[in-house]
Amino acid sequence: MALIGDRLPGSGLFARRINRAPSTMLATAVPWLNIALASLLPMSPVIASAPVLPPLAFMFLIGWRLLRPGMLPLWAGAPLGLIDDLYSGQPFGSGVLLFSLAMIGLEQIDGWLRWRGFWQDWLVATVVIGAYLMLAHFIAAFAGGTLNPVLIVPQFLLAFILFPLLTRVIAILDLLRLARVKVLA
Amino acid sequence: MAPPQNRPGLSRTGFSKKAQFGLFTSYVAAISGAALGLVLLIVSLLNPTTFAFARNAAADAAEPAGQISATTRTGGKSVIDVISGYIEAGSKNARLREELAIARSRLVEAAAVESENRRLKALLGVRETDGKPVAAARLIGSTSASTRRFALISAGRRDGVREGQPVRSATGLVGRVLEAGNRTARVLLITDGASVVPVRRVKGDIAGFAQGQSDGTLVIRLIDLGINPLKKGDVLVTSGSGGLYRPNVPVATIANVTRDGGIARIISDPAASEFVVIEPIWQPITELRASDAPQAE
Repeated sequence: MALIGDRLPGSGLFARRINRAPSTMLATAVPWLNIALASLLPMSPVIASAPVLPPLAFMFLIGWRLLRPGMLPLWAGAPLGLIDDLYSGQPFGSGVLLFSLAMIGLEQIDGWLRWRGFWQDWLVATVVIGAYLMLAHFIAAFAGGTLNPVLIVPQFLLAFILFPLLTRVIAILDLLRLARVKVLA
Repeated sequence: MAPPQNRPGLSRTGFSKKAQFGLFTSYVAAISGAALGLVLLIVSLLNPTTFAFARNAAADAAEPAGQISATTRTGGKSVIDVISGYIEAGSKNARLREELAIARSRLVEAAAVESENRRLKALLGVRETDGKPVAAARLIGSTSASTRRFALISAGRRDGVREGQPVRSATGLVGRVLEAGNRTARVLLITDGASVVPVRRVKGDIAGFAQGQSDGTLVIRLIDLGINPLKKGDVLVTSGSGGLYRPNVPVATIANVTRDGGIARIISDPAASEFVVIEPIWQPITELRASDAPQAE
């Protein structure tokens, strides 16, 4: 087996070394675990009287999809939305629908944008998160809550500011997932 | 064959049939996932309790994490309280001692009035469910990212909690139980849009309904429409009409007065409550004693 890039500095950062290789299970599981655990955040110490926390599971999904386009399959929105629905308090099925629509929508936007950089990613994420919050609010109002779009403005602004920070967290997790943890025999 | 810019998918996958088929199946899977989501959503909008079993199972599974976060919340809050208590400690101390003395004597008066009340009700033969709580629990989570206001408590069916039971903290009403799992239960907070609590002002017979607005305030709609007698600062308690909520539990204080009622701020902030108490469903049962009836005739 060719040791690709071992001799060149700065490249082949994630190739295998002597007796150590990245683990495929870790590499595939980290994004899924990240998004699923972010859905658990309502269990956090914040007991909110108003919607204040941005939808972190959705933001992580958008982040992983924008930063690593091929890694989450196109149908990943459905199971991750299901896990989010169990904890988020939205009507059951709204997460499945909205996460799946977001993944399909991002696939279409991918082909439409000509340049991709930090600002384009942030803009796309803002638009998608805004649409998600609006639709989720309408669905929640349909299920018995109050319809008052002004309620989600603080949440949307917080999500807008927080997104680059989340992409940094995703970058750290990306390094983690390719860490050479497997000991070759 | 058409050039790639006239067949958009081609530029992404190339001419490989295998890659094209792979992209096609992934689209099929994604769209059927979205369709499944739509079906689940319609089912759960038509019948909200359909998927309660899944939510309860998930909440039961995540309960230990919620308990840990609840203890850190109350622990962290007390540290902040201790530090902020140092600001203006001297003058605040003197003022608080005075208020505490007055409050203690008022409490003694209230206890005396309550026992007199109980004695008079017994004389009249009024029978009510006694207010002994069903269970005590911690608030271990809430739907902080959704516009629906639900909270999760760490008591469930095995502690005797059932749907509909009101939940209160030491300072006031918090909500009522919506779904009860095995170890956890979901509580509809009074600030949610679907929660309507019959209230009355502490002084006088001004009755109304308090409906949540999902932003921490309640909108009060009075039953008698006429001159609005409410003033800013009035305290509203549950009136007990219609059952479910025990009467005389503090609910909210008026912040703004509007044409047919007011906007009120809730007294018991769920974020500040450490423990909540789940009470049985209150039923107003009034019966005259059977032995009195023949004597009256």
